[in-house]
Amino acid sequence: MIYSVYIINKAGGLIYDEDFSLNKYTEEHTWQEHPIPLVFTADTGRVLVKFGEIGAIKPGYSVIAVNKQPVSGTMGPVDIPIIDMINDPKSYPLTLTFGKGKVGANEKLMLASMFHSLFAIASKISPVDESSGIKQIQTEEFVLNCFQTITGVKFFVIVDHKQTATEPLLYRIYELYTDFVLKNPFYLIDMPIRCELFDQNLKKVIEQIERASAYSSATLT
Amino acid sequence: MIYNLYIFNPMGQCLYYGEWERSKAAAMSRDEEFKLVYGMLYSLKSFVSRITPAISDNFQCYETNKYKLSMYETPSGVKFVINTGLDWSSQAISEMLQSLYKEVYVEFVVRNPLVSLDSAIESELFKNKIEHFINTRIKEVS
Repeated sequence: MIYSVYIINKAGGLIYDEDFSLNKYTEEHTWQEHPIPLVFTADTGRVLVKFGEIGAIKPGYSVIAVNKQPVSGTMGPVDIPIIDMINDPKSYPLTLTFGKGKVGANEKLMLASMFHSLFAIASKISPVDESSGIKQIQTEEFVLNCFQTITGVKFFVIVDHKQTATEPLLYRIYELYTDFVLKNPFYLIDMPIRCELFDQNLKKVIEQIERASAYSSATLT
Repeated sequence: MIYNLYIFNPMGQCLYYGEWERSKAAAMSRDEEFKLVYGMLYSLKSFVSRITPAISDNFQCYETNKYKLSMYETPSGVKFVINTGLDWSSQAISEMLQSLYKEVYVEFVVRNPLVSLDSAIESELFKNKIEHFINTRIKEVS
């Protein structure tokens, strides 16, 4: 499963980002009556679970849908603050969907620059001569693979542990970049990418790979 | 192939640094290098926890084309950081770092009342035990 694709220009600025198959980590729960045994906080523009645990719902989860309608921020579907809805016995039965809040655009810009620096430092602290920057980061939940071109543009993808063949994927994205971005006469180099053909073709490639891996995992089971 | 090992306390000070094979000398003093490595790890942890599609996440290791850096952090905040060749698997390294913590660090540092955890560990016993531990692992692989 491919979660996101990011492209960074040679100065470290984010020029493209796209999320796919997000919200794999969602939990839904319906409560029949007030009160809910969780403590909520309207923190940084989202309603977060601050304390309490029910099943998989733990502190850190944020409310992404109320009564099956997606919400962003702290306002509910009918312009009532979500916290007020939760505290009002009249809004029950209430269905809340929890997940990870979407990473904001500014935050993504910052994370991309952060990665750009970390990439360079990895090469600097290397105990071996002529090391490249970070090619792969592994964590408990995802793997990040990065490919840097000769011109300094970095392509990185965030995938889950089951995803194989990320190098070919990165090369394919590079190919799409050269075909639909660089050959676009209206595109200014190192600027944010706003090319429809690139978006469309990237979506096609990602869907193709997801279908291929879904097929191979289905044949294995 | 094991290149080097750092142990940091929760405040970011380097408690121990061991080197087995290092072909590239650092372009800065030891102290600066420790600060750079710790700072990098701190930023990596922060980066990972913010970009993850899951709710919470922990950094485990990164790879370049020549080496692999793995980190094991104990719940108390002590970080074991090791640079190895690419032939080591994440699982093997993770097991090794956990044994290192359990068999060497806990036994000869935590249980030693004379060792202070605010600065570099001076205990010769600890240094010998670590070197022995790592050398055995290097021999096992080759």
